[in-house]
Amino acid sequence: MRNPSVRPFQDFSTGAACLNKSFIYNYTCGKNQTHISFPYLSLTSFSCRCSATMAAEEKQMQRFDVEKAASLMKELRNNYNSRKTKSYEWRMSQIQSIANMIEEKEEEIIEAIHKDLSKPPFETFISEISMTKSSCKLALKELKYWTKPEKAKTSLTTYPSSAEIISEPLGVVLVISTWNYPFLLSLDPVIGAIAAGNAVVLKPSEIAPATSSLLAKLLEDYVDNSAVRVVEGAVAETSALLEQKWDKIFYTGSPRVGRIVMAAAAKHLTPVILELGGKSPAVVDSTINLQVTTRRIIAGKWMANNGQACIGVDYIITTKDFAPKLIDSLRNELKEFFGKNPMESKDLSRIVNPFHFARLASLLDEDKVSDKIVYGGQRDEKQLKIAPTILLDVPDDSTIMKEEIFGPLLPIVTVEKIEDSFDVIKSKPKPLAAYFFSDDEQMKKEFVQNISAGGIVFNDTIVHTTVSSLPFGGVGESGMGSYHGKFSFDAFSHKKAVLYRSFNGDSTTRYPPYTAEKQKLLRALFNGNIFGLLLALIGWSRD
Amino acid sequence: MAAAMGEIEDKLAELTQTFRSGITKSVAWRKNQLRALIELLQDNEDKIFKALHQDLGKHPVETYRDEIGLIKKSAKYALSCLDKWMAPKKRRLPLLFFPASGEVVSEPFGVVLICSAWNFPINLALEPLIGAIAAGNTVMLKPSELAVECASFLAETIPLYLDCKAIKVTNGGVDVCEQLLQQKWNKIFFTGNPRVGSIVMSAAAKHLTPVTLELGGKCPAILDTLSSPLDIKVTVKRIIGGKFASCNGQVCVGVDYILVEKKFAATLIESLKTTIKKFYGENPKDSKSISRIINEYHFERLRKLLEDPLVADAIVHGGLLDKENLFIEPTILLDPPLDAEIMTEEIFGPILPIITLNNIQESIEFINSRPKPLAIYAFTKDETFKKQIVSGTSSGSLIFNDTLVQQLCDVLPFGGVGQSGIGRYHGHYSFETFSHEKAIMQRSFFLELEPRYPPWNDFKMKFLRLAYDFDYFNLLLLLLGLKR
Repeated sequence: MRNPSVRPFQDFSTGAACLNKSFIYNYTCGKNQTHISFPYLSLTSFSCRCSATMAAEEKQMQRFDVEKAASLMKELRNNYNSRKTKSYEWRMSQIQSIANMIEEKEEEIIEAIHKDLSKPPFETFISEISMTKSSCKLALKELKYWTKPEKAKTSLTTYPSSAEIISEPLGVVLVISTWNYPFLLSLDPVIGAIAAGNAVVLKPSEIAPATSSLLAKLLEDYVDNSAVRVVEGAVAETSALLEQKWDKIFYTGSPRVGRIVMAAAAKHLTPVILELGGKSPAVVDSTINLQVTTRRIIAGKWMANNGQACIGVDYIITTKDFAPKLIDSLRNELKEFFGKNPMESKDLSRIVNPFHFARLASLLDEDKVSDKIVYGGQRDEKQLKIAPTILLDVPDDSTIMKEEIFGPLLPIVTVEKIEDSFDVIKSKPKPLAAYFFSDDEQMKKEFVQNISAGGIVFNDTIVHTTVSSLPFGGVGESGMGSYHGKFSFDAFSHKKAVLYRSFNGDSTTRYPPYTAEKQKLLRALFNGNIFGLLLALIGWSRD
Repeated sequence: MAAAMGEIEDKLAELTQTFRSGITKSVAWRKNQLRALIELLQDNEDKIFKALHQDLGKHPVETYRDEIGLIKKSAKYALSCLDKWMAPKKRRLPLLFFPASGEVVSEPFGVVLICSAWNFPINLALEPLIGAIAAGNTVMLKPSELAVECASFLAETIPLYLDCKAIKVTNGGVDVCEQLLQQKWNKIFFTGNPRVGSIVMSAAAKHLTPVTLELGGKCPAILDTLSSPLDIKVTVKRIIGGKFASCNGQVCVGVDYILVEKKFAATLIESLKTTIKKFYGENPKDSKSISRIINEYHFERLRKLLEDPLVADAIVHGGLLDKENLFIEPTILLDPPLDAEIMTEEIFGPILPIITLNNIQESIEFINSRPKPLAIYAFTKDETFKKQIVSGTSSGSLIFNDTLVQQLCDVLPFGGVGQSGIGRYHGHYSFETFSHEKAIMQRSFFLELEPRYPPWNDFKMKFLRLAYDFDYFNLLLLLLGLKR
């Protein structure tokens, strides 16, 4: 099937359809019925379901519209103005509550994410639960340092004075998160927003409905609802939220929707952080430990939500000579990790919904792509499963090489010399991450100089996201702004410059009526030339 | 003089080409350009004095203070710090990743667009340019068409001093701006008003281009009741310095209005009047030390602000308007209606409303009920009140007991919040504004952690729990098989 309208993940215009489809999918599967796909169902068709879900439906029917969004905003703005979110104690208590919540509700979280993505519990533990917990812990430990004013040295021109830079909250902020790491990518920015002292509204992704409703429930129970809220929903709800004037919008998702979010923000002059994706390459030189490289590539592809990750390896570039060895090694390790029949492995996530399944299928079915499969290729539409699939030398102009794949398909591009990989990467928009496996120090240097990407990792994949001392964020098409660790705190803070002057030391030079003498003084002053300044003051300066 | 679309596209193509060549990334290129910029300022002082006098009637001393001197200082500062700014910043990594190293490398965005404003036409064009060059970008500079002489000075002079393949100037009006905004830039730096700022950001959204918006707003000056005559004198001088003595109030960080206690208003007005006389003489119209209004449009805008009968009644000093010379006298208002346009819009001219309060503490509430300003000035000796202002208000910057001097501090970020802007610059912040901070992590192939990989089992789960807690002691016990 060829579907020209398919776009990279989280498409607002088809989001509603995705929601319904996946909802019905879950529903029917849960009752052991056969899966029926209703393309482009409208939200109103919810009503044709049994009475047991009526209550839930009614809740759904109370649409969150612009009016509701406005009143929510008003309420949060009032509560923010009451200044309670600014207090250190409030921030600490909220983050501690989130940490407790993760500790106490681990099972429920794992279950919800499994429902949405069949994500293996282990993977959920590593990439969502532990990461979120680490963020809480770090904030709890460091917040007192983060909030400290930063002293700044002032210059002779403003002597006598002292200055500091104060981090203050921005106000009421909006976090729009996504479905592939529905727990981590929702809470990680929320923790940053709270640490910085903001009131925050979280809009989890409707494409991971189980996690979305769990987040709504858990945050209601665990955190202060007068300042932290969850709004569930799809396009209509998000649009209603985007009409409001926020003090910051933090969005994780696709470049296409990122543009919509930024345009909406522009109306109110709201700063944005956009965490997008892109085609993150992994370049494999031949000077490497092949087994370790292979395993780390697998970790950055199929173990990362079966390729549905913004920093996942999108494609590999290696030399013509080395490609066969690499493919062999990938085959072996994949077998070891996921067994002979990966379709039955419990250690792989499924594709999130029929929409994305169809999108990925159409990538594979394209002319001159389908015959390039060298490993895998199996798929099961009913279970939304696609096996780890490797393709060798697909055409440059195929969709799979032009758009972010966001799934378990891994094309390998071959080049004559490893240096040629630079041009391949540079011919595409700047990626969120670039991975380079090599022991050649000179080549590594050149890679850093030549390749622009959100982050670069040598000899591994993805691990940089766990390092709180490194900023995480994209550049160009892969996004703007960064977060993680203190960067999250900074992302939600305004750095206010505060300058303290005394009434002494007033120089008449600054003031009219202006004279040639004053200009001499100013010259000396700007040059930081104390001697010249003295000369000018006593009238001896000659220039 | 307007550039055609084709011309803009050609220029952009050349800038892109130059950036791709990598030349602008080298330290030598960046330093040479900064040196050339300093030279440009040194060689052309008189031309700049003349251009600013023609555009705004700015006095050379003011031009030196606010434009030439300031920019030269910034360029020198950037030159002296560039090596430090460019050096990769080492970052510590958790032991778990041993052996590994982390660093953050600042890299240029690429081809950037700088749109500047007319009130400080040299400063607001060159200050961001310093940052863009220091960070290694190629630049398209679009000076404001309202400062005609300065715009053509920049277009003529910059190519003589700077690398014309990497730094280009395009002049023109709204149509040229629109054409420029249709192009894809890697960063847009805009100085101007919030209305246009919003247009710029919407245009940038189409290409996912990050923006820095330097806007304005109504910057208040809070005046506590001061008892010492000397303090009052200094305060008044600094307020006039931050209003009429800086482009005659046409400045984004200028004092927009004063908040003061009722009982103090009379003393303040008297002192203001005396000092204005001292600075500008009996007849300010004849003073050479005061700028004129930029153009007829803005003159009319200001005239209309004063036309409101309730506002006109509030005039306690000045009020003289001379359309022929585009001159407006320093004008003081006492308690104009708060819903009058003069108190809802940024004034951007030599009109200074004084708003009286019963108690100076009310000023915090007053400021908070309006959009966040670019700067707040507060004159007080009361330390508790200072603390209340610091934590109780929000603004781009906050200055105690002075005005405008924050721009002189290279170590302080300059930029707004909310309505007053997005992003910040000056000094190192200018470098950061035009750089992408690229995170780099290096790992080796040794010491592979098996528990990272499936198939999963209980041992791996235990290991990971401890690893994420950075609990190395128990991790060791687990590895040795000693942990239960």
